[in-house]
Amino acid sequence: MRNLVICGAGTGGTVMASHLRKRLPREDWAVTVIDRDDEHYYQPGFLFIPFGFLKRKDIVKPKSTLLPRDVAFLIAEIDRIVPASNEVVLRDGRKIPYDYLIVATGAEIVPSETPGMEDGWRDTIFDFYTADGAEALAGKLKAFPGGTIVVHVNETPIKCPVAPLEFAFFCDACLRRHGKRDKVEIVYVTPLPGAFTKPVAAAALGALLEKKRIRMVADFNAERIDASARKIIGYDGREVPYDLLVTVPTNMGAEMIERSGMGDEFRFLPTDPRTLRSKKYENIFALGDATDVPASKAGSVVHFQSEILTENILRAIDGRPLEPAFDGHANCFIEMGRSKAILIDFNYDTEPLPGRFPFPLFGPLPLLKPSRLNHWGKLAFRWIYWRLLLRGKRIPFIPSRMKMTGKKLPAAVPGA
Amino acid sequence: MPLRTYGNTMVDVDAEGYLTDFSQWTRAVAEAIAAEEGLAALGPAHWKVIEFMQKEYKENSQVPSIRRLNKSGVASTKELYELFPGGPAKKAARIAGLKKPEGCV
Repeated sequence: MRNLVICGAGTGGTVMASHLRKRLPREDWAVTVIDRDDEHYYQPGFLFIPFGFLKRKDIVKPKSTLLPRDVAFLIAEIDRIVPASNEVVLRDGRKIPYDYLIVATGAEIVPSETPGMEDGWRDTIFDFYTADGAEALAGKLKAFPGGTIVVHVNETPIKCPVAPLEFAFFCDACLRRHGKRDKVEIVYVTPLPGAFTKPVAAAALGALLEKKRIRMVADFNAERIDASARKIIGYDGREVPYDLLVTVPTNMGAEMIERSGMGDEFRFLPTDPRTLRSKKYENIFALGDATDVPASKAGSVVHFQSEILTENILRAIDGRPLEPAFDGHANCFIEMGRSKAILIDFNYDTEPLPGRFPFPLFGPLPLLKPSRLNHWGKLAFRWIYWRLLLRGKRIPFIPSRMKMTGKKLPAAVPGA
Repeated sequence: MPLRTYGNTMVDVDAEGYLTDFSQWTRAVAEAIAAEEGLAALGPAHWKVIEFMQKEYKENSQVPSIRRLNKSGVASTKELYELFPGGPAKKAARIAGLKKPEGCV
């Protein structure tokens, strides 16, 4: 019997277990999944909790019920991976041997990376990247009397890079609906030079921030937070005061990666961006937020990676060369509030462009433009996530590699 | 592809002024770009950062992040901001003749 072990039962671990349990013969291969708890959150749902659109119970299911049958699921804390002896050592001392290992331990917020951030934690400083944080923020927003709300990205890369923008748009929409927009200033603080990394989307999203009277403070790297004076202090000396700080703290990989001596400076696993194999170990693969590949840390990316990674693991097992097929494809809905959303579709080489998706002309979804259909697309996605994505089923018309059809190229590259 | 002349060296640059061919980089080019970025002069501390970035890029084909420079003990973030005021990673990468750092998507 040979062993395939998956660390992490989030989106990546669950979808890989679904794919590989179907493809690896049961008489030859045992599949084991290890995670520290049994709660699987639909993470795109976190954004909706602070505004009361969703509750925690709407976005959580037991991990054990989402994994396929004939998969051993261990709920245990991983102490470390020992590649030299091909085993995963658990906190309780158990050793789980593997022939092939998939690292899918994700990324998490680490507020302690910013001096002062923990001082005001869940008092005037909140996150919405955890269920607890999103729930606490819901209570805070309900009672917010007015003042300055600062939406802050501490450091890149972060999971779902558009989520803080969506948060700011939702704030604006909710305040307007309640007739309180004039009592609140919304400020968007980012270490990036603009609203997004890539120029066409940055211009489109930047214009929307302006239209919604959300002030952007760009190129801002926080040195520390003075929670008692309620201000963020930048390395360049700039200060941003707040009454309520909604922050996306530094995102890092699992501590277990660091304990194993396998991570980069963010505890992400150095991974080949095209084959998804560890850069260092032949029988270790990774996907999703846990890797250092320069793609978005987003569920759609995990989904696209999973189809390619499945083929590559089967190739590795058969001793065939890997297929360098992952192109960095990501596809994200950006909620704007007022039942509209923007859709972006991009990869390593092609930035988000305007056009139609998934079919040219017909769409039906417009790219890089607010639309009601995109909003309904985002809402429908929760169903697709539980029913299709996690179970390793194909999502109709959305291939794992990005297509150029339907996209409009910019007329000219500025300055070229 | 735009061209720029620094002293008597002609280099290929992208739309934002980053060198597209590292083989055209010289210390004199670096000093000229530094002047353009508003730095008075490049001292030993600047060179330590620049050389580290070039070495990292050669090894990993990725422009190191501020956090990476920090963790490797090259310079603290505070020092980086003093050496390259405004945007240390972007300015230092440009002076070092590397690509603009991909502030990941």
